[in-house]
Amino acid sequence: MSVSEQTAPPEVVADRADHVPHDAAAPAHHTSTGLSNEKLGMWLFLGSECLLFGGLISAFLLYRSKDVEGMVGPAVGDLYDIPFTSVSSFVLLMSSLTMVLSLSAIQRADHRRARTWLLTTAMLGATFIAGQVYEFTSFVREGLGYTTNLQSSAFYTLTGFHGVHVTIGILMLVSLFVMSLRGRLPAERSETVEIVGLYWHFVDIIWIIIFTLVYLIPA
Amino acid sequence: MALTEERPPLELTSGEEAVVRKPLGVFTRPSDSPGWRSWLTTVDHKKIGIMYGATAMAFFALGGLEALLIRAQLAQPNGQVLDPQVYNQLFTMHGTTMVFLVIMPMLAGFANYLIPLMIGARDVAYPRLNAFSYWVFLFGGLFLYSSFFLGGAPDSGWFNYAPQSGVAYSPGHGIDFWVLGLQITGIASLVGAVNLIVTCLNMRAPGMTLLRMPVFVWMALVAQFLLLFAIPVITVALFLLMFDRLYGANFFVVEAGADPLLWQHLFWIFGHPEVYILILPAFGIVSDVIPTFSRKPLFGYPFMVFSGIAIGFMGWGVWAHHMFASGVGPVSVAAFSLSTMFIAVPTGVKIFNWIGTLWRGKLSFTVAMLFAVGLVSQFTIGGLSGVMHSVAPHDTQQTDTYFVVAHFHYVLFGGSMFGIFSGIYYWWPKIFGHKLSERIGKVHFWLMFAGFNLTFGPMHIVGLQGMPRRTATYPEGMGWDLMNLLETIGSFLIALSFLVWVYNVVRSRKNPHAGADPWDGRTLEWATSSPPPVHNFDVEPTVGHLDEWWHRKYDEDESGRPVRREHYEFLSAVDEVSLGRGGREPQVDTSSIHLPSPSYWPIVIALGLPLISYGLLYTYWLSALGGIMVVGGVVGLGLEPSVDPEAGHDDHGHDDGHGPGPGTDATGEEAELVGVGAGDGATASGDRAGSGERA
Ligand code: HEM
Ligand SMILES: [Cu+2]
Repeated sequence: MSVSEQTAPPEVVADRADHVPHDAAAPAHHTSTGLSNEKLGMWLFLGSECLLFGGLISAFLLYRSKDVEGMVGPAVGDLYDIPFTSVSSFVLLMSSLTMVLSLSAIQRADHRRARTWLLTTAMLGATFIAGQVYEFTSFVREGLGYTTNLQSSAFYTLTGFHGVHVTIGILMLVSLFVMSLRGRLPAERSETVEIVGLYWHFVDIIWIIIFTLVYLIPA
Repeated sequence: MALTEERPPLELTSGEEAVVRKPLGVFTRPSDSPGWRSWLTTVDHKKIGIMYGATAMAFFALGGLEALLIRAQLAQPNGQVLDPQVYNQLFTMHGTTMVFLVIMPMLAGFANYLIPLMIGARDVAYPRLNAFSYWVFLFGGLFLYSSFFLGGAPDSGWFNYAPQSGVAYSPGHGIDFWVLGLQITGIASLVGAVNLIVTCLNMRAPGMTLLRMPVFVWMALVAQFLLLFAIPVITVALFLLMFDRLYGANFFVVEAGADPLLWQHLFWIFGHPEVYILILPAFGIVSDVIPTFSRKPLFGYPFMVFSGIAIGFMGWGVWAHHMFASGVGPVSVAAFSLSTMFIAVPTGVKIFNWIGTLWRGKLSFTVAMLFAVGLVSQFTIGGLSGVMHSVAPHDTQQTDTYFVVAHFHYVLFGGSMFGIFSGIYYWWPKIFGHKLSERIGKVHFWLMFAGFNLTFGPMHIVGLQGMPRRTATYPEGMGWDLMNLLETIGSFLIALSFLVWVYNVVRSRKNPHAGADPWDGRTLEWATSSPPPVHNFDVEPTVGHLDEWWHRKYDEDESGRPVRREHYEFLSAVDEVSLGRGGREPQVDTSSIHLPSPSYWPIVIALGLPLISYGLLYTYWLSALGGIMVVGGVVGLGLEPSVDPEAGHDDHGHDDGHGPGPGTDATGEEAELVGVGAGDGATASGDRAGSGERA
């Protein structure tokens, strides 16, 4: 990127500048990279989040594979209900689809549909969270509390962090829904939906990784 | 280009009538409140940069005081000045303060103030988040320091190794303050990093390609990327420790089978990139100072940039050199030993480039230049002892001795702090309109230089003789007495030199106005008035060169020597001192430039964070209150248009907007697009037409 920019003669730059749309309704996207500040900011933030989850996942994998003599309580691996978690993972995966549908609807200014899909996405997310709450309580009933052993601390921390991320995503989706109801989300601002969507897909992908590494691949 | 585009998700859309005048009916939007109140609500990157700098310097005095106490204790064998418990708290707080509350925010201050000016922008990408970062940093620092009054400060060293940091060995609240305080300042750094990266990438003036950015901008950009990826790693470590300490988790509880090396890995995966976060922007500062005072372009600009990027990448692959003595295994030790030796290569490239710049330059040894050359020489010593550490067998002798202390002070004080002082003397006239006294400054420099070497030089010797760090006393008869006494004397010389600097600052208000371009600078910040107007530039520059401002002032004769042009134009209205010698003022009407309005929300949200943290330690009610402030603040920030629709009637939005505006019917549109008022701004040659929307 830098190289090609470097070789671009200044006239070209000035020329490009002349094409900046002059009408006030134009979206405010004229930045040096062409990406809006918000979208670029979200991408950067998600890059940072990768390392957050990377650290948490590493901590979990380290402690799950550790043989602790006389470990208190059950191992997490013995309690997984894979079919149940597969279903809730599928639910979360589908919510990415509905997120895309909602974005495409709002880009077409089909606000009713956009709202429907926004709400569906939020509901699917909430279903996933409900599944997680159910999973946690059933684990606790079987004797695996947060402080029981190394694995349990690492497991609840990792999945809990993910759950909090999903919850924040749901709050953002609901905010979008309310904004849309009050007419504050015209098609020109579909980028807001897109940015929330970026976050939502990211959280979804992280879950796929967690599901694979934590649930499916045995210790 | 949207110059100060900031559009939180909930903000009003284009053209809509703005209805939110009194957010939640509580506050009236701050508008043009003069005096100290404007500093609380400002979103101007320059004011925020100044606040970062002032706060960091206050913490510098505190951290220095702690160091003096440590040195007083160590002046003689069997020192009795401090109780060992207090000694532990002091060296922990000293290190934590200098890293997280002095050098990082100081460099953040420079980055804030300078990046928009250097790339020809009117502000950073998200001005209100910028204010938020500052307040979060301030409150995080104060929160950490409040531990002194609430049962004792943290006492486990700045890297806070497990399991010593667990409740079993450190039952007080000290470590909790450390953990929560650094989480808070981490938020500030992370938000700041996103903000500044977006600014560098997105807000450049037309023609300001990446490879025309001043080296300071580049190095600050690389450091922000390092922050972006390093902060989450330490955040994980801090969260795990916090869950251990507050909620009984087992991450670092060895009895439960935990592996204490987990902490070491997480900390140093953050920690080594962190040292480059601390040094790269300082490298950037001197890379702009040295060419100015050598009257030559920087030697090998692309090498400078790419070696900085290379350091940024390689910095991720050397962390275990801090763990050579921790039992990580021979393969790891060998690999990290090698990678550490390699990282000295791009560092060496920089040093040779600075020397190449100085070579046959017309050198003028101003104070800024002295500190810059001081960095080059002193950092080299620190780099060399670093390479000695990288030889793992050698390091087993050195680790945890004063030799390591000597190393990191040569790189951090001789490197980062010298760079920071160089920057302070260099940009002071830009920021405040008058120079610091050169005469007093030279006293400051030489005292500091002598004191610094007297303090940390002998540490090499006692370190190699095996004097352990972090131990409150040493017995006599080890042969360390004289060296330690010298070190203590040196440290008081440094303190004296700091007081000389403070005197210089206090007195400097009487100095004559310095003009826009007192050093005959090379980069765009010197093309606007000193201090710059709120909107930075009356005319948005179009950039055709590296060192654009130099090229506007100078042409070359046949033999390649610079010849001053007969006429060149400043980018803002300047004072008389700056005119003459061909300088002219631009004739433009700046009245239609709109900048984001001040806002209460950043400080409100930021205040919520320490409340939440106190609540976690004492009573959850406080946390609830803090939570309400954070959530309410975020909603408030989201609903509030970034430019107050009312503000257009009487000022430019910024708290100290200059003179009456055109009385436009500002709409939400301006919240997003604030730029050079179309017609007028565009009269300047090549200015990007219509870069801002008209009202
Ligand atoms: C030429 C480049 C460098 C090399 C090869 C290097 C190498 C090392 C090594 C191997 C250690 C571990 C010593 C031990 O604990 O036994 C170390 C410690 C340290 N280095 Fe460097 N270093 C370099 C540059 C820097 C820079 C630029 C900074 C900061 C601006 C820095 C700051 C530190 C700090 C703070 C520690 C000690 C941390 C602690 O134990 O508290 N180093 N260095
Ligand atoms: Cu290191």
